[in-house]
Order: sequence, then structure tokens, then C-alpha cells
Amino acid sequence: MISSSSENVTKLNSINRRMFITGSLKFFVMIGLVSRLFFLQVKENKKYLTLSDKNRIREWKLPPVRGEFHDYFGNVIAGNYEAYQLHVIPEEVEDFRYVVYRLKDLLNLSDKEFKKVLKKKNEIKPWETLIISDNLNWSNFSKINNHLYDLNGVKPVISISRNYPFKDNFTHVLGYVSQANESDIENTEIIKKNFVPGLKVGKVGLEKSLEEKLIGSNDIERYEVNAYGRRISQLEFQKGEKGKTLRLTLDTEVQKLANELLKDKAGSICVMDIYTGSIIAMHSSPSFDPNLFVFGISQDDWQIIRNNPMKPLVNKTLQGNYSPGSTIKPIVALSALENGIIGTNFTVNCTGKTEMYGQTYHCWKKKGHGFVSLRNAMKQSCDTYFYEIARKLGVDKLSETAKKFGLGKEVFGDLFNIEKRGLVPNTQWKKNALGKGWLLGETMITGIGQGYIQTTPIQLCLMTAQIANGGFKIYPHIIVDENKESPEDKYTKLFKDAKNIRIVQDAMFGSTNEVMGTSYRSRINDPKYQFAGKTGTAQVKKITERDRELDLKTFEIPYEERDHALYIAFGPYKHPRYALSIIVEHGGNGSTTAAPMAKKLFKLIIDRHELRDSISSKKYMDI
Amino acid sequence: MYQHTRINSSNFNIFQKFKNFDYILLACILLLGFISLATMYSTDGGKILFHTKSHFIKLVVFTIMMLIFSFINIKYWFFIGYFSYIVVIGLLIWTYLFGVTSSGSQRWIDLYFINLQPSELMKIFIILCLAKYFHRMRLENVNSVYTILTSLIIILLPMGLVIVQPDLGTSLLIAISGIAVLWFAGINHKYFIYTMLGFVISLPFIIAFLKPYQKLRVLTFLNPDRDPLGAGYQIIQSKIAVGSGGIFGKGFLKGTQSYLEFLPEKHTDFIFTLFSEEFGFVGSFILLLIYTIIIYRIVAIGASSRSYFGKIFCYSFGAAIFVYITINMSMVLGLLPIVGSPLPIMSYGGSSMLATMIGFGIVMSARVHNQQSIA
Repeated sequence: MISSSSENVTKLNSINRRMFITGSLKFFVMIGLVSRLFFLQVKENKKYLTLSDKNRIREWKLPPVRGEFHDYFGNVIAGNYEAYQLHVIPEEVEDFRYVVYRLKDLLNLSDKEFKKVLKKKNEIKPWETLIISDNLNWSNFSKINNHLYDLNGVKPVISISRNYPFKDNFTHVLGYVSQANESDIENTEIIKKNFVPGLKVGKVGLEKSLEEKLIGSNDIERYEVNAYGRRISQLEFQKGEKGKTLRLTLDTEVQKLANELLKDKAGSICVMDIYTGSIIAMHSSPSFDPNLFVFGISQDDWQIIRNNPMKPLVNKTLQGNYSPGSTIKPIVALSALENGIIGTNFTVNCTGKTEMYGQTYHCWKKKGHGFVSLRNAMKQSCDTYFYEIARKLGVDKLSETAKKFGLGKEVFGDLFNIEKRGLVPNTQWKKNALGKGWLLGETMITGIGQGYIQTTPIQLCLMTAQIANGGFKIYPHIIVDENKESPEDKYTKLFKDAKNIRIVQDAMFGSTNEVMGTSYRSRINDPKYQFAGKTGTAQVKKITERDRELDLKTFEIPYEERDHALYIAFGPYKHPRYALSIIVEHGGNGSTTAAPMAKKLFKLIIDRHELRDSISSKKYMDI
Repeated sequence: MYQHTRINSSNFNIFQKFKNFDYILLACILLLGFISLATMYSTDGGKILFHTKSHFIKLVVFTIMMLIFSFINIKYWFFIGYFSYIVVIGLLIWTYLFGVTSSGSQRWIDLYFINLQPSELMKIFIILCLAKYFHRMRLENVNSVYTILTSLIIILLPMGLVIVQPDLGTSLLIAISGIAVLWFAGINHKYFIYTMLGFVISLPFIIAFLKPYQKLRVLTFLNPDRDPLGAGYQIIQSKIAVGSGGIFGKGFLKGTQSYLEFLPEKHTDFIFTLFSEEFGFVGSFILLLIYTIIIYRIVAIGASSRSYFGKIFCYSFGAAIFVYITINMSMVLGLLPIVGSPLPIMSYGGSSMLATMIGFGIVMSARVHNQQSIA
């Protein structure tokens, strides 16, 4: 049974040799493992540490708090309010069905809303927040709070949301905010950067164009999460910055009056400081309540706004291209004077119509005005007189003056992307745009603000302001920005001879404050409020001979065919400070519809002037 | 039968047996046990929960068992060599027929107080069986066709039974255990080289026969980033955990990767990842050092063993343990595809620890009875 010793020795030699081979193999493999460990843990440590942090740290962004809008006096016109919301985290609810039916009862949710909630619940992860309602009223909110004992996992939350306290008063200036959609995110870098679900961004108006200043920055919560994305603990809370609060030059009281005056009418009112270019009021009617859009407008409300024939969605002050009608006459007169075509003593005999190349041009007064001078022609708005001087002046010279005074280009630059340029025609323009030569007859009707010429209400207001301030260039603005430097060519002269400006101002004074003037009935005698203006009546369709014979009263004509009523004015006449333009679409006649509004407006504006002045000079007192 | 025993069994008392103990090996095993317990405590999130408790109980029971086993004379281990192998084969057949199925494979036998995984036991008893087979064999017979075929059958039989469970990883480890014995028994090294070559050549065909999830593992190993949230997830997360540990680690109980459940299988196959994340390069190095010392002691005991059986068992067991460690760590460090292979003692799992402790017990017995020669 015992092996021979020599056999044993060879066997032992064999096993020991192999043991050594194995041993050295083991040694090298161990070295390999250690170097792998070294590689991962020492050499590549940084990379894996970052990866591990990326794994475990997740950021939650909260919607930023939007900057506010204040009016000139510091009243909040677009602010933030605390919206009562109801959140549920499905995971934390023991019996989701019970709770959700209980909520349905308490809040009187309609079946449609209820289904929406259930659908949303299925789309999210169980630990994510389900928003049952984003804007509860107080009574429902308190009801929920009273029943909380039986609503496990339901969280009444107070969150910040946009509010427009003056409802429809500032709609077209401010615009409104609403849920950001895909194109908002794609097109605007700042929205993309700050996007969180439920973020509300500006859709139109200043809310849109000043998005970058208003949006603020997100609060960021950093959480440690586990492999399933569930929050374990909060690591950091980084407070975001509230968006910039912007003060506007607007006066809420004037704005409100403008809204009231244009109630049930379509049109626009804008008021401007003739020296600073500050917009005091800018209103387009009809308006709508921007609060409706904040949480998504209901289909019914949307249809009402969209189908309104007066087009509430259009900002008529900036987007409305209107024939200026007789309100262009101050510029025509000024251009004629400046170019030396006429003097103050130049007269024309108005017989009610004038013939030119077989075409008849009518004055608004059938019987005619007789012999009229410039002053009288402006005062009574004699069309024949302006046909004549326009003919002598020529459209190219007229358009030059008109453009100098702000017609034919955007008043606010690119602040509002919807703003229209209007149109100041000249011979070159017609050749380029229509490919036809200019006709003399077209010059004549341009002289009374008809034909190709088109202006927006804000342009008319600027034009008036620059006549009123003695013919100096101003830059209208709506945002109070103390740091902004005024453009270099501010207050450059727009005239050749200051006398000409005074002649036009005086003629406008006559038009409002003297017997026979077109807006005489709307005058204010008190020199404190006394203003000077020019009425306008813009035809919407060509007046036929038949119409002339019928001579219908405004209310007898169908709404869409009635003339637009316009009025431009500045005041107080002795020391002018404010200019305004009023347009009432299909309002009939400038002197009966638009001018009386100016009377009410000037009363208020001038009454509030001292208050306004005290604020603007305040900053000097602080120093 | 005792004529070659230098020390008479009558004066070879308990006291002398204690004196003969390898205390370095014992200390290393206990240290390892302690480390594994601490790591298990960390996997439970710093609380004494099920895994920690269970691991502790097993550790205590099996260590005591190991000590008892070391007093059993090596010749008795020699004696039960074939028998134990046949018993485990029986258990494997039993598993195949009546085993408990869990996560898709039928590996366990329900013993009421413990779920036994016979394939783990086979890793030890195949060594025991083959060591006995080669103990008396003359060197010139070792390379005979008959011997080689017999030993291959001894290896392939349990492998087949484990593969059908299915458990590719364990069956490979069993094969490695067996092959280690063949290597030390002196089978011509040409055969190993030819087999290796044959294996490499037939690799594509083997891959064709793999189950889809096994194929996926191989593909994933080759490029873990091809599906980072699916199949590659384990490798990537494990590498992140180890790599983010740095030199000194994130600190005990502070491993974010494992604590936040990014690590899969952190109790079992990926226990080293967690340890490495918390204790860093230094800790991992020390752990490797402990394993190295253990293996070194096992080999040293083999070298000092008088009996050929003792030698061949110790060498093979040392080599097998070494391969288990290497495979587990390579897998965790992204050097090998993922195969289910526990880290000896460290990993949670009763059967694996039982098998390892039996192995240590036999090694210790070989040490205690190193002057015992076996006829």
C-alpha cells in the first residue's frame, strides 16, 4: 500500500513545481487587480465622482416670480397675487379614489374637469405633484382646509400668480401672460433657460417684449435622490431673483377715463407729454380682461373675444392703419408754409367743389366756404383750400414734412413687434409699390388725408405733440428708465422757421376756440384747460353722387360704412404740455364724436399735472 | 494504518491540536468576517436589519463549525472524499427535481431552516473527491486516457446539473475547482494548452448556444454604454461607485451609490463595490491583502502537509479561492462580464459561506494533522 519513495519524490516535485507556477500567476493577477483599482479610484476618481454626483443630485426648478408693472404713480397695474392651489402627491394618498371623489364633491368639479385630473394622474410618476386645481377661490380653499382631516395627502398650497387689478384698462399696453407653449420655449432663449412646467410667459404687449427683464430666475432646490428618482433629502435651496419691476409713464386715472369714454365703441385714445415723450395714456377699445388668460382662457370666453366684430384683440393705437382725414391738415399747411408755397394771406375761393381734369373734388360743406385764408381754412376745415395748396405743394414735399413729424414709421421702434408703420405716399413709393405714375388728383386727396396715406393713432399723437412743443423732435416712451440716455437728436428742430409752427398752432386754436371752428362746441374757456385741436372725419368708402344727394345722418348708415371720427389736440394752449389723438371707428363725425372726449380728457390730464410734476421732480429733492 | 504517524494518537491530544493551529489564517478569517459584517451593516443602511443579523448568525455558526472540522483528522476527510461527492450529486439531482425556484432559476433546496444551494457545496467537494482520486495514483498513470476521462466525467457531471438550473457562473467555478486539481495532480500541461485553444476556437459556437440574457451580458461587457439603463447598468453603476470612492473612500455608511440604491445586488455579488466605495483604494488594498494572506497561508499549509492528499487539496482550494476572488472583483471592476459569483465570506449567502468554511476547516485540519500521512 505504500508507494515507493522515488515515485513519491517525483510526484512531490511535480506538484511543487506547479504550485510555484500557480503562485507566480496569482501574484501577477493580484498586481493586475490592484492596478485596476488604482486606475479607477485614484486616476479616474474625478470622473467617477462627478458621475456619482450626477447620479444622486437632482435639481428641481420652481417658477420664478415675475416682475411687476407699476404706473407712473407707483400703483401696481400688473402684479402678483397668491393663488390658492390644491396639490396631491398620489403616492402619499392611502386611498386615491376616495380622496379624489371627496374632492370632486367638495369643489363641485364638473365631469370634464374630473376626467382631466384622472388623466393627468396617470401621466405622472406617483411621487410627482398632481395639481388638482390651480386657482381656487377663497371659499373652496377654506372648505378644503376644514376637511383636511379626511383628505390624507392633499396639500392646499399658496402659489404666486399674475394679476391685473385694473382688468381691461391696460390690456393692450401690457398684454397678458399665459402658459408657455412650445414655440415660446424654442424661440426665446430666456424662457428656455427658466422653463418649468406651469411657467407663465408674456404672450403679447409689453409682457412679451420685456420678457427678459420680467421673467426673473428660478428658485432651485437640489435634492439627493435614489436610483428611482425619489427625493431623499434636500441639499440646497437657491433663491431665485424676482423679475425686474418696471414703472411705466402711464397714468391709471387717465387710462381709466379713456376706457370709459370708448366704452362700447371701437377706437383708440392716446395722450403724450409733448416735451418728454412720456405716454400718459394709450388705450384701444374694445378691450378685454387679461386675467382670463392667466390660467388658460375657457373656450366660451375665447369665442366671445374672437368673434367680436369690433376686434378687441387688435391694438388699434399701434396696429390700426387709418386715413388721417382732416387731422393731416396742420402738416399740409405747415409744409406749404415751410416750402414757401403760400403765405398767411393766401386765400382760396371755396364754392363747395372744384374741378380738375374732369374730376370733381368736393368740400365737406356743399354750399362752400367762400373766400378762405389759411387760418379760416384750418378752423373750418375747408377741403377746397387744402386741395389747392396740396396741388401747389406736390406730394413729395408734403411727404417729406409728414415723415419729419413722425408719420410713416414705427413710433416705438421695436418695442412692440405688432406696431404698424402706416404709409406716407410719394411719387417714388407709388412707382415702386404699384408700378404706376403718380396722379395729381391723388396729391389733392392726400391733402385732406384720404387716398393712400395711412397713419396709426400713436403717430398722429406724436405729430401733434411735435407741433405743440414748437416743432422739436421727441422720442415717445412708455417705460420710466432713469438710466437711459436720451437720443442725441432729441429736441432737434423739425422746422425752418418757428413762425410757421406758431401759425399752425394758432389755426388749431381757432378751430377749437372760435365761433365757426369745427370743435367749437367742445372748447373749454378757462385758460388753465384751454386746448387747441383739429377734427378729422375719415371716409371708409368712396362717397358716391347718390350718397351726396341722400345726405344721410350718421345713424342711418350701416355701421361698417360710417366714417371714422378723429381728433387731435394739445393743451393747455398758453403753455402746452400734453397732446392727444382720438379715433373712434365708424364714429361718424370728428367734431361730434371725438372732440367732446378731448374736453373731458384735458380736464383730467391738466388737473393731474401738478401731481405728476411733483413726482418727476421728486428725484431731485432726494439728492 | 498508523505505522507512519509520528505522533501517537494517544499523546496527540486537544492541547497539541490547538498548538498546531494556524492562528494567522484564523485571525485573517475572523478579520474578514468582521469586515463583512460591517459591510453588511452598511448595506442595511446603517441599521441592524435582516441581512446583518442573518449574516452574523451564519458567520458565528459556520466559524464554530470550521473549528470543529479542523479537529477532525485529515484521514477522515480523505475517507469521505467520494462519498461526499456522491451525496452532493444526489442533492443536485434533488434540486433539479424538487428545488425551489427563485428569480428564474431552480438552485435551492428548502431545508425549512435554511435554503441550501448544493452547487456551492460542489465547489469544495469536487476538490475533495478529485484529490482523493489522484492521491494514490502513480504519476505515469495520471496522463492515461482512462484517468483523464474519469476525472472529466467527475467534473462534467455536476457542471451539467448546475447548468440546467440554469447557473452558468457557478458551473464554471465548479469546473475551475476541478481543473485546479487536475493541474496540481500533474496532468500534462499540453492538455491544458490544447483545451484552452479549443475553447477559444469554439467560443463563437458557444456564444451561439448561450441564452439571450447570457449573450446580452457578454455584449454588455464588451461595451457597457450600449444600453446604460438596461443591461449595462450594473457595470456602469459599479464602476461609478468604485471610482468615486477615491483613495480613502467616502467613509463608513456614507457610500451614496449603494445607499441610494444605484447598486444592484449589493448584498451579494457586488458587496465589494460597496466596500470599495466606502473605504476607497486603501481599504480595498487592505482587503486584497487579507485575501492574499489567506491564500498564502492555505498554500503554505499545503506545502507543510505530509500527505499528498493534504497538499493537493490545499493547493487546489487555494487556487479555487483565488479564482473566485479574482472573478468576482474583475466583474465588479468591469474587467469581466457579469457572472454570478460571490466573494468568499464577504458576500451574503449561506451556502457559499458554508462551502468556504468547510474548505477552511479541511485546510485547518490538514494543518493540525500535518504529520498525518494517509495510506
